[in-house]
Amino acid sequence: MRNKYSIFNLLRHSVTGHSNWPEAWRSPDPRPEYDVIIVGGGGHGLASAYYLAREHSVGRIAVLEKGWIGGGNTGRNTTIVRSNYLWDEAAHLYEKSLKLWEGLSQELNYNVMFSQRGVMNLGHTLQDMRDIVRRSNANCLNGIDSEVLTPADIKQMVPLIDVSDRARYPILGASFQPRGGVARHDALAWGFARAADRHGVDIIQNCEVTGIRRKNGAVTGVETSRGFIAAPKVGVVAAGHSSVLATMAGLRMPIESHPLQALVSEPLKPVLDTVIMSNAVHGYISQSDKGELVIGAGIDAYTGYGQRGSFSIIEGNVSAIVELFPAFSRVRMLRQWGGIVDVCPDACPIISRTPVKGLYFNCGWGTGGFKATPGSGWVFAYTIARDAPHRLNAAFDLERFYSGALIDEHGAAGVAH
Amino acid sequence: MLEIRCPWCGPRDQSEYSFGGEAHITRPLEPESLSDQQWGDYLFNRKNPKGRHAEQWCHSAGCGRWFNVLRDTVTYRIEKIYKVGQAPGTGDREG
Repeated sequence: MRNKYSIFNLLRHSVTGHSNWPEAWRSPDPRPEYDVIIVGGGGHGLASAYYLAREHSVGRIAVLEKGWIGGGNTGRNTTIVRSNYLWDEAAHLYEKSLKLWEGLSQELNYNVMFSQRGVMNLGHTLQDMRDIVRRSNANCLNGIDSEVLTPADIKQMVPLIDVSDRARYPILGASFQPRGGVARHDALAWGFARAADRHGVDIIQNCEVTGIRRKNGAVTGVETSRGFIAAPKVGVVAAGHSSVLATMAGLRMPIESHPLQALVSEPLKPVLDTVIMSNAVHGYISQSDKGELVIGAGIDAYTGYGQRGSFSIIEGNVSAIVELFPAFSRVRMLRQWGGIVDVCPDACPIISRTPVKGLYFNCGWGTGGFKATPGSGWVFAYTIARDAPHRLNAAFDLERFYSGALIDEHGAAGVAH
Repeated sequence: MLEIRCPWCGPRDQSEYSFGGEAHITRPLEPESLSDQQWGDYLFNRKNPKGRHAEQWCHSAGCGRWFNVLRDTVTYRIEKIYKVGQAPGTGDREG
């Protein structure tokens, strides 16, 4: 393969000063008609297109992105990957995703920098600890790796953390998923884009969908800023803008969009080689390969599409981090930003057919969709190709809001991440 | 960070308030006669508009009273503040 990324091609291109690498994906003009259109060029959308082409041999696929690929929540999250969810339905879905993560760099021939450095969820009260033990046991029953740590274990793994009983909210223990970790957000989007493009998927950037055309209750295509594009099947993967897209098709969604913020510090020498999350004081932190501390805050209570949140949220978040790591009180922050997350009433996603034939929605991932990117694309591709859900996402349909079969994952989703 | 004018107490920091979601959702008068579809729609489905949004706020760390706000969800600018029971968007323009 000419464009394969390998040590030999790296050496070959080094001769010419790496100036002749071909583009990783094409930038084609939209064709008038496709078999499937994916609306939204984030990680989930690109993964959906990739698996549609690779697993289901769908011929003509387009991904329409209103900005640039990976410029929304894919490029704005804190890249935590884990699968330690409480309920069977969620645990199986996120574990499928984690398993895909484990082989993803090889499969895509693109280094997504997936680093299984473990994810630790701290407990600060007796009830926290009961919940942690319960969830950890539930994980083990589902074949998901999980351990319960004592404060001494935590201190040994994370020397900088304050596990003393002098803390305002003393750390009583933690759950730990060793297979969890972090990955590189841009690489995920670019890796899926490159692999999808190689399977013939047209990735069309700067193409905003402005309407969803329907006839006799079935979708016929989408109006875009670059004209009408026809397709018998349209999959919407638009995260914070899902309600906007649903309104175009005359649908109502059980979703509210909220601003979610994150921040990074100046680069430091290695100080933290795992991921620390705390629901009780509400913060989560890891250190990137570049050395920056990556810190995530909570959502603003009000709804918003502004990609920015309130300073008071950042203030509360930083106090929580300093409480856990007193040494970080002197660290300077470099950047802070916000994204728009689509929050569902039960903190679980919607991967579903809709009342409009040929129109599918993949949304409601809320504050923690990054970890699910490969699995989400994998089940969504199946759902679109077969016009029926895979057993992994059957429980995550829109019908659950009418039948009452909600999957309450507020505990495991708990802290926004 | 918003500054919100409570109709009873005047302008205060957003931190004194709690957000109460979409306004003007009426509780069904005869819940037992609703279909599952209608009940689910009442409980869970929201407009979630990009733009002007009529929403409820409570001055929870102040007088404890609820009121309605018309706010732009992109600029976060508050356009109108009006009392519960008044029609959407009534009242004077804010700032």
